[in-house]
Amino acid sequence: MGENLLKTPLHALHLELGAKMVPFAGYEMPVQYKLGVMKEHLHTRAAAGLFDVSHMGQILLEGDNPALDLERLVPQSICGLKPNRQRYAFFTNEDGGIEDDIMVTRRDGHLFVVLNAACKAADIALMKAGLHSSDIVEITDRALLALQGPAAETALARLFAVERLAFMEGDMFPSDWGNVWISRSGYSGEDGFEISIEFDRAEDFARTLLAMEEVEPIGLGARDSLRLEAGLCLYGNDIDKSTDPVQANLTWAIQKPRRSGGDREGGFPGDRKILPKLSRAADPEDRRRVGLKPEGRAPMREGVQLFENDNSPEPVGVITSGAFGPTVGHPIAMGYLPARLAEPGTRLWGELRGKRLPVQVTPLPFRPSNYKR
Amino acid sequence: MIKFTEDHEWLSLDGDVVTVGITDHAQEQLGDIVYIELPEIGTQVSKDDEVVVIESVKAASDIAAPIDGEVVEINETIIDAPDKVNADAEGAAWFFKVKIDDAGQLDEYMDETAYKDLIA
Repeated sequence: MGENLLKTPLHALHLELGAKMVPFAGYEMPVQYKLGVMKEHLHTRAAAGLFDVSHMGQILLEGDNPALDLERLVPQSICGLKPNRQRYAFFTNEDGGIEDDIMVTRRDGHLFVVLNAACKAADIALMKAGLHSSDIVEITDRALLALQGPAAETALARLFAVERLAFMEGDMFPSDWGNVWISRSGYSGEDGFEISIEFDRAEDFARTLLAMEEVEPIGLGARDSLRLEAGLCLYGNDIDKSTDPVQANLTWAIQKPRRSGGDREGGFPGDRKILPKLSRAADPEDRRRVGLKPEGRAPMREGVQLFENDNSPEPVGVITSGAFGPTVGHPIAMGYLPARLAEPGTRLWGELRGKRLPVQVTPLPFRPSNYKR
Repeated sequence: MIKFTEDHEWLSLDGDVVTVGITDHAQEQLGDIVYIELPEIGTQVSKDDEVVVIESVKAASDIAAPIDGEVVEINETIIDAPDKVNADAEGAAWFFKVKIDDAGQLDEYMDETAYKDLIA
């Protein structure tokens, strides 16, 4: 493994647990443990999986009104977040494209923001340039873990009173492991928690969880198939600088106060591109993110081109994420198609190793999510 | 007689028919196997032709024919249940059988000891 890769505070534990390590976003990360991707995926859906996501960026935004300030950079209503509530958000650019998708929690007097590992530096630069009155405090001494699955609450409740947290709610829990920040959230389509904890407490805390019968360590491989079954986007694959929120099917994440006619309409990069698209009829040729189900058993992965007919010369779309879905038991994918072909049930053709194989547009998620509402 | 290739296939010769599969080491490296495409019976294959596609949870990989000949039998059970390859790669989960013209082509491949050294 490259010498210049960063390590998370759980690195030694990963090796001890027999993880296969891979480079990911500048870090050496576990892609799978001894169970393997398939069993790790199924275990998370059946009980609880522990993920090391310490490579992700954690920052605080402090100042007079960081919520209003952050609204300069995202189309979400951050001012509308009640204390301790969390929201999915994204940075946009002048073309209406997405620079990164993030999680924002409003806490007492400041915001806690989690950034994608690969976008961390660019996000911080973008905030430095675009925020007027907030200080950006990069947190460099905390690990981030995720405990996901139907038994996550049972497991974590032995250590913290997390039953009281609703989905997308976070709080601080003083403990023997220091001040632990826990939110009821995640990226697996399951109930679960994300836990920010001081570096030197992280390993002991992880071991305490792993000693519980419900909990197994889960690598990035299963993290990817879990989020894909849940219909969630991977930044860099399913959304990027060139995809706007309408194309990405993420308009549900733009709240009314920021839309045309809202109290705090626009005022974010690309607002003049995005807002008119929200209120007018879709251009049938504009692309849309869709769920796709290959009819056969062969997985169709990222980069597979989609054709309207089995003999049409030019592709109409492309797959951006694809894998075998362990819970649903068949291959699944996400990709982009012209809006006119984005209706569930539409049949298309994916070209795999020179052969055109049928694939159907399907609703997302592939499996109903199991969030604690 | 059993031989092994550098591409982690095993070949078992019985008369003029060679059974081909992947090694236990190979299935372990591939991870959970979810899809297998085998050649059609009757196909004439030449050494190094890509004849099998294996998809694991991680990626797609090809397997080349290690030898010239005619495909005379394929293992349908691994098409229906690809995870059998993870369970028994060097036993029941063989891939295909080839009727060969020249058993001499097997000479270049490793015996079990040499293969074990390779993956050690």
